[in-house]
Amino acid sequence: MKNRPGITKWERPSHIDDYPVGPSFDAGHLITTNAAWRTFRPVIDLAKCTGCYRCYLVCPDGVIFKKEDKVDIDLDFCKGCGVCSYECRVDAIEMIKESGK
Amino acid sequence: MVEDKRFISGDDAVAFGARLARPHVISAYPITPQTVVVERLSEMVEDGSLKAEFMHVESEHSAISAAMGVSVTGARVFTATSSQGLLYMAEGLFYSAGGRFPIVMMNANRSLALPWSIYGDQSDSLSQLNSGWIQVYVEDAQEVLDMIIQAYRVAEDPSVLTPFMVNLDGFLLTHTYEPVSIPDQAMVDAFLPPFSTHNKISFEKPLNIGFSTTPQDNLEYKYQQHKAMLDSVEVIQKVDAEFAERFGRRYGGLVEEYFCNDAEVVLVTLGSVTGTARVVVDRMRETGRRVGLLKIRYMRPFPVNEVNRVCETVKRVGIIDRDISFGYEGTVFTNVNSALSRLNNPPETVNFICGLGGRDIPKEDLEGMFLQLLDGSGSGKLERVQFIGMRVSINDR
Repeated sequence: MKNRPGITKWERPSHIDDYPVGPSFDAGHLITTNAAWRTFRPVIDLAKCTGCYRCYLVCPDGVIFKKEDKVDIDLDFCKGCGVCSYECRVDAIEMIKESGK
Repeated sequence: MVEDKRFISGDDAVAFGARLARPHVISAYPITPQTVVVERLSEMVEDGSLKAEFMHVESEHSAISAAMGVSVTGARVFTATSSQGLLYMAEGLFYSAGGRFPIVMMNANRSLALPWSIYGDQSDSLSQLNSGWIQVYVEDAQEVLDMIIQAYRVAEDPSVLTPFMVNLDGFLLTHTYEPVSIPDQAMVDAFLPPFSTHNKISFEKPLNIGFSTTPQDNLEYKYQQHKAMLDSVEVIQKVDAEFAERFGRRYGGLVEEYFCNDAEVVLVTLGSVTGTARVVVDRMRETGRRVGLLKIRYMRPFPVNEVNRVCETVKRVGIIDRDISFGYEGTVFTNVNSALSRLNNPPETVNFICGLGGRDIPKEDLEGMFLQLLDGSGSGKLERVQFIGMRVSINDR
């Protein structure tokens, strides 16, 4: 399972008083995905993946999660840094150029 | 009830005021340029007269960071600093104001390096006017004790939630002794209830504290801060009036006027020089000179209406600055002129820069300023920015 809360629909404030007092709000509240600047996408070869979870440990954004015995990547938040691919000992993660959007 | 009156320093007065406010935590860097304020507080924690956690942190940057951490849990926090220490906090000043954490801090106004100097002026806090902190400047030790207590009431008001810096002149107030009335704890408790806020983190209510914004929302958060500072004006006046009712000492809110009613000229002061200027006004009034004194207490929020009400009927206004924005003028002067520019016929203004790095501002100099303001320059205008008390010639050789 993705280790994050779901995206909450957020109505844009129409009055200054609709904002929280100062930039603090209930924890576990996501209003947007955040991966738009990714240019290379990590793709896992599940046949090669041994489920060692090294990628899960090193991912700087915490977007890799356990799925059955292997791993999966939350592409709504992955920035495409490639650390997982670089660190994978069995070369199971390939960085593929995103097709132009 | 017998009044508890003691002969103490301004630093002691701050510590007494802080203890009466019952902070849960004191976070402070205990070494130079720190004053003995935190030493006194640590003694109070040690002897059990102050039930607080004392955090000896490794720098002023950490002191203000720890204070923010305390504040987000809904606890009351106090810290103190001075000069270089305040500047080392600078990042945290803006951060804590943006976070809307009602921290109260005492700042001993002292000169900034270089040249290195441990003596007093107001360059330190005036350089941080844009940080989003409320700034009050006091005239004596009694006022500083009273303002520490009032500071929490103002800062923690739900419509304000803004950190509060209480400034007192280094050496002139921090290290000199005078009789100070210590308010009764029960009376302070009645005036200052425990801090209560919805904006706090707990196990029951986890928060995402201090998040970032995109350009879509940043302006709105900054406007919130601006509005809270503007709204604090009313709270400051209300708290000042209630304090007077309960404790018998009224400070006048944003400013205090001294013989301004029929004044021909007015001198604007900040901090302890006001005391000397009062003596000069008294003397000059005896000989029929119509001089007045406007003590600015709050630099943020700035007393625009008060300055204009006092100055719109006077001929000339002198503004003392114990600081300088190099290549331009004193910061108080800039702020006063900005307020006066809203008048149809603003009076002539003169900036007297003096008292830098601990240099005295003697009565004779203050009298000289008043005489210049009274007499004018004859045909033209007075020199706009003047350095008073310069000991060498600064004319071209």
